[in-house]
Amino acid sequence: MVGYLLRRAIGTIPVILLISLLVFLLIHAAPGDPADLLLSDQATPQDVAEARHRWGLDQPLYVQYLRFLVNVLKGDFGTSFRYSDPVITVIGERLPATIELAVVSLLIAVALGLPLGVWAGAKPNSWADNLGSFFGFFGISMPNFWFGIMLILVVAGYLNWLPSSGRSTYGIARGSETGFYITASLLAGNFAAAWDGVRHIILPAIALGTNMMGIIMRVTRSAVLEVMHEDFVRTARAKGVPERAVLWRHVLRNALVPVITVGGLELGTLLSGSIIVETVFAWPGSGSLLISAIESRDYPLITGTVIIYTLAFVAINFMIDILYGFVDPRIRFEK
Amino acid sequence: MRATRWRVIRPLLKPKIVVGAGIVLILIVAGALAPWIAPYDPNAQDLALALKPPQWLFGAHVLGTDAVGRDILSRLFYGARVSLIIAVTVVLISGVVGVGLGAISGYFAGLVDFVIQKFVEVIWAFPPLLLAIAIMAFLGQGLGNLILALVMQRWISYCRVARGQALSMRSREFVEAARALGASDARIVVRHVVPNLFQSAVVIGTFAMASAIISEAALSFLGLGVPPEIPTWGSMLADGRTYISTSWWLALFPGLCIFFTVLGINLLGDGLRDLLDPRLKRSGSGIG
Repeated sequence: MVGYLLRRAIGTIPVILLISLLVFLLIHAAPGDPADLLLSDQATPQDVAEARHRWGLDQPLYVQYLRFLVNVLKGDFGTSFRYSDPVITVIGERLPATIELAVVSLLIAVALGLPLGVWAGAKPNSWADNLGSFFGFFGISMPNFWFGIMLILVVAGYLNWLPSSGRSTYGIARGSETGFYITASLLAGNFAAAWDGVRHIILPAIALGTNMMGIIMRVTRSAVLEVMHEDFVRTARAKGVPERAVLWRHVLRNALVPVITVGGLELGTLLSGSIIVETVFAWPGSGSLLISAIESRDYPLITGTVIIYTLAFVAINFMIDILYGFVDPRIRFEK
Repeated sequence: MRATRWRVIRPLLKPKIVVGAGIVLILIVAGALAPWIAPYDPNAQDLALALKPPQWLFGAHVLGTDAVGRDILSRLFYGARVSLIIAVTVVLISGVVGVGLGAISGYFAGLVDFVIQKFVEVIWAFPPLLLAIAIMAFLGQGLGNLILALVMQRWISYCRVARGQALSMRSREFVEAARALGASDARIVVRHVVPNLFQSAVVIGTFAMASAIISEAALSFLGLGVPPEIPTWGSMLADGRTYISTSWWLALFPGLCIFFTVLGINLLGDGLRDLLDPRLKRSGSGIG
């Protein structure tokens, strides 16, 4: 197990190197000199020349790349133009909001998608299957940015049930400064603040989670459909295990591997979806930060966010690999 | 004769395929005929008529007008055209690149395979839309960059499937027979391997088309798509968001168009997959 993890961890190193190379090349493929891009519009030619030297832009490309790589590995993405703080600090402040939103979206997606998929897969062509398939297609076809706008229009605007933007109501005390409002408020026993946080997160989390819900439903359905024909299901039924237990204990457990695989891959979609949904709901996370960075041409911040999101995705996939072993003990980590 | 034709058509008459193909057909017709069926020039502004609500069948502007008085319906028709052209181009380029590299990767194996698969792995490591956002952010707006950004993310799904199939074809009789007859590697790949990858490519292509339309709309929505003078559903939606509290029709109609188009393509893809390539079923969704 440890050997496997080590090999997998080493295997991701070339991928991370290539990711950084790709981002580096992208910055250099941008029209204009990086110094022009990386300096503000007010920079004089002297400033540019000085900056070119300071940043090593007068050096050969491979030297520049190695320098970039070393900085990235140190977590040094430079200073944001707009916030005049190190990029890593700016992103770090916004990351908890994104993580909180992503986790709640994922919970919604799994809580709806998994049971729908199991019911649909257990009785193909029944009304449960039709209902499930409807939700499945609805989920994978719904553009999250439009769904978000419609939720704002109807639920926040017309019905006035929930707030339309932001993370908390001004004046309601936040639980703490960790950035995880709901968790922190709950831990601090401040239920008013926690409830306020929940009210704010519901709409963006639904907008973001719908897509994933559809995908999880569809994968669960086809996985369950496949497992239902296995011998051990017949055996379980023959020895008198109640149908409910057959389904939720025997079938689901065995259907989970493909669900986790696809679910893990789709976490990437969730991450990039959060960029858009955060923008729609003015959610102060790292996704909306990226978009405002693009709008203000804050290139160090763009580079930092892109790399951190990608590394997060690589880390998530790594963790999913580990998860397999727990869900399906047949998968031994020898290979 | 009639019986044969029926045998070909009948499997296609699944509800998913019929509904999906119907929606796609409407889209194609709307896009192709946009200059003739659109009641107005999509970019004609008339500030006196700004933000008129939908007049349905009782007025000049059936679905209303936007903030500068442009006719929503006309812009939707032209938007269909833009979405369609971009999506088809992206899917074709991705398909050719992905299937080509996949066939080469699987057929030659060894070092070529290693290099191509490393590249696939790197692209795969990016969250789907993020790479496109990064490309647009650094390279700037424009049709060419948009297509590049969308292709970058899409060819890998063709490549992965094509590689797996090509790998299994290496030792199959028909490939060995061709080799025994003296066919060159290039000829075997082009004439014998690639045609066998076609069916899966069609299925992947359908889903890729749906995802390309959503991604294009998302990028346009973020202001990272084609230049603003070209009407697209995504940019219409972005405009509509500004007026959401007063003028609901601005955001409703383009979004409905995106949703139903993507739904139609997904239904079609699902139907085609059941028909052509049930092995792909596990993948659960399209891509990205």
